[in-house]
Amino acid sequence: MLKTLRLVVYRDLLLAMRRRSDVANTVIFFVIVASLFPFGIGPEPNLLRAVGPGVLWVAALLASMLALSRLFASDFADGTLEQMLMTTVPLSVLVFGKVAAHWLLTGVPLIALAPLLAVQFGLPFEAMGVLAASLALGTPVLSLIGAVGAALTLGVRGSGVLTALLVLPLYVPVLILGAGAVHAASAEIDSTAHLMLLGALLLFAATCSLWPISAALRIAVE
Amino acid sequence: MLEGTGLECVRGDRTLFRGLEFTLQPGELLRVAGENGSGKTSLLRIVCGLSVPAAGDVHWNGESIRRLREDYWKDVVYVGHANALKDDLTAGENLRIGCAIAGLAPATDHTLDALDAFGVRACADLPARVLSQGQRRRVSLAKLAVSRSRPLWILDEPFTALDKAAVAHLQGLIGHHVAAGGAVMLTTHQEVSIAAAATRQLDLSA
Repeated sequence: MLKTLRLVVYRDLLLAMRRRSDVANTVIFFVIVASLFPFGIGPEPNLLRAVGPGVLWVAALLASMLALSRLFASDFADGTLEQMLMTTVPLSVLVFGKVAAHWLLTGVPLIALAPLLAVQFGLPFEAMGVLAASLALGTPVLSLIGAVGAALTLGVRGSGVLTALLVLPLYVPVLILGAGAVHAASAEIDSTAHLMLLGALLLFAATCSLWPISAALRIAVE
Repeated sequence: MLEGTGLECVRGDRTLFRGLEFTLQPGELLRVAGENGSGKTSLLRIVCGLSVPAAGDVHWNGESIRRLREDYWKDVVYVGHANALKDDLTAGENLRIGCAIAGLAPATDHTLDALDAFGVRACADLPARVLSQGQRRRVSLAKLAVSRSRPLWILDEPFTALDKAAVAHLQGLIGHHVAAGGAVMLTTHQEVSIAAAATRQLDLSA
């Protein structure tokens, strides 16, 4: 079972390495969106510090969503998904592998880059650490919830917009807690509560989203 | 033993077939015939457990495949209409990863032998993107050469896009599998000469 999990992650990472531009798109989108705001808002430090956490989190959230359309679509189109559904291990294992690979390709670069971008908003040093921590807990939740949306809209015309409509409302709690944690840290208030709630959301999403994704994939292939 | 009872398939508001019955014993070949759109692929997908029939059920060794699930898929190899190849992976990687996802774990030299048997060993390190339609089909079918241990093969139009030599090789492979006690269910429009002790026909147009 673990071997299959490793294999699926390896396969998706290998495919991404062969198509680096797809991965780069997500990262570049994040960097550009987060960098445009300081230009638009102007150089007022207090204002920038106030909007920074929200802007960075919204940009990360949109970047993560941008990559969702690729999650299952190509496997669906070339028939690989049919073969995956006939696997001899529980389907949740394969699904978990695919979501994990998606997170490694979209979430991890965002976590690494976010503290750098936070400099543009003049966030204090402690807040950068909290930003990275909140993204580390929050982006896997985005990948898991997003995968439910991507699986449900698989094979549907205009699935990108539909995925956004389905998934964005569900992203709201993650956004509130994530941006809240960074706000708290930049106001020098303890942000542990926000992070713990994000951790709880992650555990909830990890246990409760795999089954719906599997079921949605079976329906899509039928 | 594979057994379909009272199978019914509805696509949109059209009933493709109703009350379909078939059995397939070890060592037998079942050829599903019928014109385009008569529901051959739909039937194979039902037998694979990928879609659910509107009525009826498929049993494998006396148990419903919907109950068996993973235990059924351990015994099945399915080569579908789509080749299930990733354009960005090489033919060798495609075969190895495809087999591993299906729960087969062939050694690297086995996969190379399988590609060799289908005459595409030279393509092993080429990305699937640059292969011709026939070569892609061969890579996809090479999975069969490493899945002799699986008792049930389900093949959807396996001969399309293949040249004469590849067709002959595939027929030999299928004949060998059936002779060794395996069961094969396939759809094809071509006349095939497979040396099977018992060949059954299932005509969906009738």
